[in-house]
Amino acid sequence: MIRVVLPAHLRTLARVSGEVTLDVEGPVTLSAVLDALETAYPMLRGAIRDHGTQQRRPFVRFFACEEDLSHEPPDTKLPEAIASGKEPFLIVGAMAGG
Amino acid sequence: MSRVRVLVGTRKGAFILTADGARKRWDVSGPHFGGWEIYHLKGSPADRDRLYASQSSGWFGQVIQRSSDGGKTWEPVGNKFLYDGPTGTHQWYDGTPHPWEFARVWHLEPSLTDPDTIYAGVEDAALFRSTDGGQTWQELPGLRSHGSASSWQPGAGGMCLHTILLDPSHPGRMFTAISAAGAFRSDDEGTTWRPVNHGLRSEGIPNPTAEVGHCVHRIAMHRSRPGVLFMQKHWDVMRSDDGGESWREVSGNLPSDFGFPIDVHAHEPETIYVVPIKSDSEHYPPDGKLRVYRSRSGGNEWEPLTNGLPQQHCYVNVLRDAMSVDTLDPCGIYFGTTGGQVYASADGGNTWAPIVRDLPSVVSVEAQTLP
Repeated sequence: MIRVVLPAHLRTLARVSGEVTLDVEGPVTLSAVLDALETAYPMLRGAIRDHGTQQRRPFVRFFACEEDLSHEPPDTKLPEAIASGKEPFLIVGAMAGG
Repeated sequence: MSRVRVLVGTRKGAFILTADGARKRWDVSGPHFGGWEIYHLKGSPADRDRLYASQSSGWFGQVIQRSSDGGKTWEPVGNKFLYDGPTGTHQWYDGTPHPWEFARVWHLEPSLTDPDTIYAGVEDAALFRSTDGGQTWQELPGLRSHGSASSWQPGAGGMCLHTILLDPSHPGRMFTAISAAGAFRSDDEGTTWRPVNHGLRSEGIPNPTAEVGHCVHRIAMHRSRPGVLFMQKHWDVMRSDDGGESWREVSGNLPSDFGFPIDVHAHEPETIYVVPIKSDSEHYPPDGKLRVYRSRSGGNEWEPLTNGLPQQHCYVNVLRDAMSVDTLDPCGIYFGTTGGQVYASADGGNTWAPIVRDLPSVVSVEAQTLP
C-alpha cells in the first residue's frame, strides 16, 4: 500500500482529506504511482502531469524520503520506505506567489 | 416572481449572487473553488440550473466544473483540451514562430438549445466543443488552421479566444474573437472560418486595416437582431449591420474609446453599454470616475451613467467578460471590477449600487434570469 500526500487544492479537487492510499501493481515507480493515483481519482488527470506530454507540471514537485525526485525520469523506482508504506510520497505545490 | 442569479468569476474563486426580481437584497454564496482563478461561469439557456465553470491555476492547470442544481453542488468534468492535428505555430512576441500551447479556458458558451453542448474558447487561441456535458472536448480545428493563423500574435494577456457568440436565427452561424487576431465568423457550425474585420483600423499594427491582427476585446449582439454586432476594440467602439462583413466606428462622444466589455440592453437592441478606460497603458477610468456609458442610438451619441458609481479616486478596471444583463423589465445591468466590486442597476443603468464590494479581482460576470 502506497501512501500519497496531496497539496491542499488537489485534496479539495479529489474530495479527500488526509493521505490517499493506493495499491500499485508491479514495480513502484514514479509513473506507476501517478497512474494509480489518476485511476483512483480521475479528476486529478491533467493537474499533476500535462495531458498531452505526461510531463510534470512546472509548479508541482515530487518528494520522497526527504529527496526531491521531481527531475527524475518516470520509470524511477521509489525508495523501499515508500513502496512499503512506511513513508508517504509527497506531491507538493511549489511555493510561489499568487 | 422572477429571480436573478449572477455568476461571478474572480482571481480567487467563484461567487453566486441571487436576488428576487426587485434586485435590491442579495444573497451571496462562495467562494466556490477558493484560491483558483475562475475565468468564466455560464449557465445553459436550455436549462438554467446547468452551469459550467472554468477553474484554473498556474500550479494545477485547467479544471472544468459542472453543476446541475444552479451552483449548489459541482462536479469536475473533462479537462483534456488537446489540439487537433499538427500543432502548428503562431507568432511569439519577438516575431519568432511559437507552437500552440494550451494555457486555460477563457470563455464557456453553452448551446442555445442543448444543455450538454458547450463551446470553450481557450488560450492559445482555439475553439473546443463538448457534446456530453463537458466530459470530453474536441477542437473545431478549422479556426486554428485558417491560413492566417501562423501570423496571429498574443495580446498582453495571452493569445486568447475570449468571445463566442451563437446566432439564434442562423443555425450554424457563430462568431469568435481572438486577441490579437480579430473577429471570425463561421456559417457551418464551426467547421470553417473567415476573418470578419473589414472596417477595423488599428494604428498599433504595421498595416492598420489588415485582414487579421486586430485586438478585439469583446463583441455583443442582441438576440432579436443578430445581424447587428457591437464591438469594443482595443481602441474604438465599432458596429456592424451585416453580420460582421463590415464595421464602422461609433465611438462618438465617449471620453475614451478604449475599454473591454460591451453589452446590449435586453429589450432595446439599439441601447448599448461600455465602460471607458483611460488608455491601454493605464487601465483605469478617465479622471478617476467610474462611468458606464449608454447609447440609445446604437452608438455615436453616448451619455454617462454615474448615479451610485464612485466619481472620485476610482482606479479599477472592468474586464471584457465582466458585464452582463438580465432579461427582466426594467433590464438589469451588472458589472464587476478588478477592485472586487460587483455593481448592479435594476433600471437599465440609471442608478447603480454595489452588490458586493470586497471580492477578489473580478474576471467575469454573467446574469441569469430565473422563473
